[in-house]
Amino acid sequence: MEIKKTSLYKLHHDNKAKFVEFAGYLMPIQYSNGIVEEHKFTRNHAGLFDVSHMGQLFIYGDNDLTKDLEKIFPLDLKNLKLNHSKYSFLMNDEAGIYDDLIITKIEKGFLIILNAACKKNDFKILRELLNNKYKMVLDENRSLVAIQGPKAVQILNDIINEVKELSFMSGNWFKFQDQKIYITRSGYTGEDGFEISIPNELSEKFVKELIVKGARLIGLGARDTLRLEAGLCLYGHELDKDKTPIEANLKWAISKDRILKGNFIGSNIITKQLSNGVSKIRVGIKPDGKVIAREKTKIFNRSDLHIGEITSGTFGPSVNGPVAMGYVENKFSKKDTKVFLEVRGKKYPANICGLPFYKKSYVKGANK
Amino acid sequence: MSDVKYSKEHEWIKLEGDIATIGITKHATEMLGDIVFTELPEKGSNVDKDGTAGVVESTKAASDVYTPVSGEVVDTNQDIVDDPSKINQDPENTAWFFKLKIKDKSEMESLMSKDEYDKFAKESSS
Repeated sequence: MEIKKTSLYKLHHDNKAKFVEFAGYLMPIQYSNGIVEEHKFTRNHAGLFDVSHMGQLFIYGDNDLTKDLEKIFPLDLKNLKLNHSKYSFLMNDEAGIYDDLIITKIEKGFLIILNAACKKNDFKILRELLNNKYKMVLDENRSLVAIQGPKAVQILNDIINEVKELSFMSGNWFKFQDQKIYITRSGYTGEDGFEISIPNELSEKFVKELIVKGARLIGLGARDTLRLEAGLCLYGHELDKDKTPIEANLKWAISKDRILKGNFIGSNIITKQLSNGVSKIRVGIKPDGKVIAREKTKIFNRSDLHIGEITSGTFGPSVNGPVAMGYVENKFSKKDTKVFLEVRGKKYPANICGLPFYKKSYVKGANK
Repeated sequence: MSDVKYSKEHEWIKLEGDIATIGITKHATEMLGDIVFTELPEKGSNVDKDGTAGVVESTKAASDVYTPVSGEVVDTNQDIVDDPSKINQDPENTAWFFKLKIKDKSEMESLMSKDEYDKFAKESSS
């Protein structure tokens, strides 16, 4: 299968990106400044991310669609206001996660942003679950760009007037070069920011204007260190078909009303896990020293019992030290529990900790 | 410098008497990206030619550091453990990794000259 390129490929190339294959796309992992600089630039200024490999699924329909989607997603969709977004999951009958996603109510339907590696399978599953009743478009003609960081609002508002009025997890249609672009205030870095769905032929011009205003291109490498510091899950690592939203410590994303009433795919397991507890659960893990514990690193307790595994681990440039997330047996998941991480045959001490690792200080000037 | 040799694992080695100073090449640091963690062999330990003698980690991944010759570790560079970013800044000079009292000078013979290494690095990265 031929490897795909996004509409911004040439711009990445001109900016000396190093590329990697990710979910069938040739994507920039970093540019010449390197991951640490890109990470810090996003935290202090504004980073631009090409996330066009992600799926933009438009589903059109009326109240029947809302009812049918409520059988799939554990959300109170009938009360979701126009242009408001929710984080959710596509699950199997055992509440295992096929994908995590953002669903937004738009006029005449919903827009769902899906992970690149999952989008085709998600489309197939959703079409079957919806019995092919509704028009579904996995739009390849639109690119997706994120701008993230404390300067994001000011820079984007210079180009798209009024965008600063959007509240977190809401969106709207705006115009760029007389064409419709859809902007939501959201992101994946722990920073304030926006995601912009824009026709492919306009994406480069749009991104170049943002660069002129002071934003910089940031690769997938820094996207990963930023999201990990923010304690956000990455599909295929913290989330997969063998983990449920309750085990992933994401029960906040399930509407309370829906927990009581059930009647969505996986609800039996979710209800059971909520009342009986889970055997494993996702936690933050902070190594005591400098050693980085990567994915698949084994976690032990004080008595040298194997109690879990790391799912993501790296060096956090803003934390200035190693950070990790993983799954441990529930009884060892309390904050400040001492654990040991086996790296290259040696065991290194670490603590179970709360998430996120990095919390934004909104005090002006405090985050230089 | 004529007395610096290079390995296929992207280490450089500079011999002065029977003391060899070893580090990783600029080309290696460019492939690795930002180095954020370093582990060095213990002083007094013995390392064998082509065996692992340390670890460097970037934000992306961990990589072993190999020793191109055998010997006893007589010194290590604590500066690069305290601040691994120094390796990206000055890899072939102040950011050396460890010094060995070498056992067998003939082990140096299989290593590459600067010109040979530059050609090798160019070919292996294209």
